[in-house]
Amino acid sequence: MSTNIIDRLRAAVLALLLTVAFAAPALAGPFEDAVAKFANDDFSDTAAAVEAVAASGNPLALPIISALQEGRLVADPGSKKVFVKQADGKIIDAATGAAVDKLPDGVADVRLNNRLRRAVEAALGSLTLLSPDPARRIAAAQSVFKSHDANALPVVEEALAKETNRSAKAAFTEARAAILLFKPDVSEADKLDAIAVVKAKGDQEAMALLTSLGPDQPPLIKTAVAGAISSIQSDLAMWSMVQNAWYGISLGSVLLLAAIGLAITFGVMGVINMAHGEMVMIGAYTTFVVQEVIRTRYPGLFDVSLLIAVPLAFVVAGAIGVAIERGIIRFLYGRPLETLLATWGLSLVLQQAVRTAFGPTNREVGNPSWMSGAFELGQITITYNRLWILVFTLAVFGILLAMLRYTALGLEMRAVTQNRRMAASMGIATSRVDALTFGLGSGIAGIAGVALSQIDNVSPNLGQSYIIDSFMVVVFGGVGNLWGTLVGAFTLGIANKFLEPVAGAVLGKIAILVLIILFIQKRPRGLFALKGRAVEA
Amino acid sequence: MNVMDPRVTSAILYLDGVHVSFDGFHAINNLSLALEPGEMRAIIGPNGAGKTTMMDIITGKTKPDEGVVLFDGSTDLTRLDETRIAELGIGRKFQKPTVFESQTIEDNLLLALNVDHSVKGTLFWRGSKDESERIDRVLETIRLKDVRRKMAGSLSHGQKQWLEIGMLLAQDPKLLLVDEPVAGMTDVETHQTAELLKEINKEKTVMVVEHDMTFVRELGVKVTCLHEGTVLAEGSIDDVSSNERVIEVYLGR
Amino acid sequence: MQHILTRSLDRAATTFILVVAGLGILISLSNILLPAGSFFQVPTYLVALFGKYVCYAILALSIDLIWGYCGILSLGHGAFFALGGYAMGMYLMRQIGSRGVYGNPILPDFMVFLNYPKLPWYWHGFDMFWFAALMVLLVPGLLAFCFGWLAFRSRVTGVYLSIITQAMTYALLLAFFRNDFGFGGNNGLTDFKDILGFNVQADGTRVALFLLSCFSLILAFLICRAVVTSKLGKLLIAIRDAESRTRFLGYRVESYKLFVFTLSACMAGVAGALYVPQVGIINPSEFAPGNSIEAVIWVAVGGRGTLTGAALGAVVVNYAKTYFTSGPLAPYWLFMLGALFILVTLLLPKGIVGTFNAWWEPWKAQRISDADESAAREDGIEPKPNPAE
Repeated sequence: MSTNIIDRLRAAVLALLLTVAFAAPALAGPFEDAVAKFANDDFSDTAAAVEAVAASGNPLALPIISALQEGRLVADPGSKKVFVKQADGKIIDAATGAAVDKLPDGVADVRLNNRLRRAVEAALGSLTLLSPDPARRIAAAQSVFKSHDANALPVVEEALAKETNRSAKAAFTEARAAILLFKPDVSEADKLDAIAVVKAKGDQEAMALLTSLGPDQPPLIKTAVAGAISSIQSDLAMWSMVQNAWYGISLGSVLLLAAIGLAITFGVMGVINMAHGEMVMIGAYTTFVVQEVIRTRYPGLFDVSLLIAVPLAFVVAGAIGVAIERGIIRFLYGRPLETLLATWGLSLVLQQAVRTAFGPTNREVGNPSWMSGAFELGQITITYNRLWILVFTLAVFGILLAMLRYTALGLEMRAVTQNRRMAASMGIATSRVDALTFGLGSGIAGIAGVALSQIDNVSPNLGQSYIIDSFMVVVFGGVGNLWGTLVGAFTLGIANKFLEPVAGAVLGKIAILVLIILFIQKRPRGLFALKGRAVEA
Repeated sequence: MNVMDPRVTSAILYLDGVHVSFDGFHAINNLSLALEPGEMRAIIGPNGAGKTTMMDIITGKTKPDEGVVLFDGSTDLTRLDETRIAELGIGRKFQKPTVFESQTIEDNLLLALNVDHSVKGTLFWRGSKDESERIDRVLETIRLKDVRRKMAGSLSHGQKQWLEIGMLLAQDPKLLLVDEPVAGMTDVETHQTAELLKEINKEKTVMVVEHDMTFVRELGVKVTCLHEGTVLAEGSIDDVSSNERVIEVYLGR
Repeated sequence: MQHILTRSLDRAATTFILVVAGLGILISLSNILLPAGSFFQVPTYLVALFGKYVCYAILALSIDLIWGYCGILSLGHGAFFALGGYAMGMYLMRQIGSRGVYGNPILPDFMVFLNYPKLPWYWHGFDMFWFAALMVLLVPGLLAFCFGWLAFRSRVTGVYLSIITQAMTYALLLAFFRNDFGFGGNNGLTDFKDILGFNVQADGTRVALFLLSCFSLILAFLICRAVVTSKLGKLLIAIRDAESRTRFLGYRVESYKLFVFTLSACMAGVAGALYVPQVGIINPSEFAPGNSIEAVIWVAVGGRGTLTGAALGAVVVNYAKTYFTSGPLAPYWLFMLGALFILVTLLLPKGIVGTFNAWWEPWKAQRISDADESAAREDGIEPKPNPAE
């Protein structure tokens, strides 16, 4: 995601510079000679050309070298003319910057090898170090950091001296440190300072830089480098823990979202609904339909499509849930195994219905702008969609909890589940409460579908992939306890993500399933089990 | 209690300082009780007094948080499960009559007989004269001989109660725990049940939990009144029913 | 006071055995003796199809034994079936020898393709039929034993048990999809050549396998009858209807459940082992949780708690599946299957045979003398709704 942005920025800046280039009068002389060398199809000539062009100070230097890097620089070996194919498809003469209608026949790409690629990167780095755009300067400084090309040192120092942007300044300092570290004639004190700077950077690149330094160094430097490496290593290990924890929390929030509805229908009502996953799927398809309508009728509303889909999905899935409860489940109360079979059959019907209506393939559900992209926190990248899902999940959980505790329906629900006959004799319409409770659980599953449509494929099988996990969460957390579901979901999510790097994704999942099976043997009623005579009846 | 220490008490059933709580609710609170061999004891108490929970503890269904539960003066029941306790010779009739409804009365008794209960034993079971005679005797006692081939599910509530008592007899335990045996019975049936229990008591120790005071009076045995999981009063039915605290508990304060 | 075998053979059971044996022999003879293309000749592809149904019937019997009689709803029998199938598939793979695409005499093709240096240890011995046959029983049996030992001892019952058996199946599904698990990944095991030296594609072998399946069905039926008509069978029903009552009578419920669960898993394994050479492939999709539940519905359709019903249900539902999925109604098959699940549980809880017995029984009871009544009733035991979990 972040490289993508830089690419886009780079293209924009390139276009800007090119316009400037057209305005500037073309220079004749050594620059043209240097450019012509690209046409020799000889790696050492190309290297010389890169160096000369980069040093020329000509405004065309940047477009030429970027084009070379991106394989857009072509040369005619006969006329020794070199052309730049611009990103927008237009062609200019590299030496003059004049627009060219058509490439002559027989042009070939200017080829690169790995050594050249590094030279090109370094050249680009020094070319852009003085760019007016701070993001561009930072990118350039980072590429210098990687190449630690001594030639870039004067430019880096010049840039550093007049830099005002804080992050750019840090990037230049690091780039300078990298160069000094590798430059032979630098005092030990300076090198030690440089090591400290690199150590403070503390990421994979810093690690790579230090390890590439080589063994033949003065002892003082050697110990400093070793110390820095081990410090970075433990830092990185810490960050990878944080990263795993974040992935785990993120997975946990997805599990929780899928399981909350089940915690109501299975946990509170004791109804085993194998079609729960299909309620999630229906929520996801509701989102799809909402987005389709918006795309064709009101494109401006795309960013609020999810806000429209959430209540709609709740209503659609909830209504289907009420219909299921009235039509099937109420005849099967007290017969959980039969309920399991009937709802499984129902899930087949719902899947096939959606397959018939929307086709068997994945449907495209887009991310609104506020859910796309990512930001960096220390060494880890956090995507907005995952973050929003976490927030959303916790919000749904909180609202549900409050609803159960403070609303009349919540009170009636708890009364009916605790003592049906008593509740009935108190004047509560138990069958209405049953239907509404089931509708609530299904509706929440529908809401979950809206969120999951943002990170998963929207297909008729969407629900199937969540049903087993959801049941595991509810059973593990303890039936009849929403907090248990919360703890269960996050525990399983985090455990899964910490096992994954060790055992691999599939084995990790198998290990979790086996652990849950073993756990249920130890505590058949889950983490937060209710106790007492009533439970065992 | 370990094996080195035989017979701490002469009682066949001995409970001392038993506590059980469910999520903070104290169902049984410092309960102490002793039954002498051959005794019949009636347990009374208002709803929620802990009568059924006490039976759960004795039969191994619920483990007490603390306290001593001894059978035959030496066996620690808190460490054993239901099956083992049943094998030791403690039989239990549930509050709600629990018989195998989709099987015949005969088969219900057959399953209850205290013969080889291993998987192999039941798989290759072939029956014997002695077994069928025992079943006949029990059928005679519980007056269900004429309907022996009927499904247990088709019996009336009172008959089910009797069948379950019959199953206890077939099980031939030393101690019978009988939970509300006359619930849902007519007066005549209640009277007959009292006679039956007195008959059984000639050979076995019996503990009866019952609400029906006429029935308890008819049994004419020592009565223990439980309240909030502890013993409130103990003695003859007249003593207990004139006890001020018992009256207070039953009539409200 | 009868012997365990004589007790299990009442009139209905004898009829079932005669029908299976008769149909098996008739179909085989018609295939072998009549000229191809004749109206009465059963073509070989149909013989193989019937063979498949018979395997499903064995699987249905194994499910009925634990669900119908003991009240344990396992959603993992598809896994035992598939494990039996894989054990047989491994034998068949080893029989290919150097006739595979890569011509490796030891390693099956997929191992050569995946750069296995040598045969994994768990593949050793599968070149011998007796060993593979033993594993067909042992692997599902052992898994069921370990799983059941853990689950029943800690009294996991009802839907909880169903859910964790489903999780077990799912875990196996994921495992068998992996290439490095050593069972051919998602392609599974296929391209079989010989079984005991006979070409698996040959008509004669197909008929022999079909007959063997019919024989196994009869054997499985007899074993189930022997179990359910013994005192142990009465006890299983007692456990199904009132589990804690049996505990208080001094029965070790977990031992009984474990016995019948393991026996049932072994039977499912045999069904899978017979299935694989007849369909010519075994792959991880056999572990799909949906397959196990589908097998449960066969039993429900036929009538749980009646052995003949379970077998009948398997054949009827699978015949319907073949009929509808091969015709223009194919896209609607899942609607029908789903509706079947719902309608059977709502409207026909006793299944076909159970409902039939409920009509027939009162009339029959008058005609049967007291002496053999208890045996005759066996098939008519109506499953009660499970007591609240």
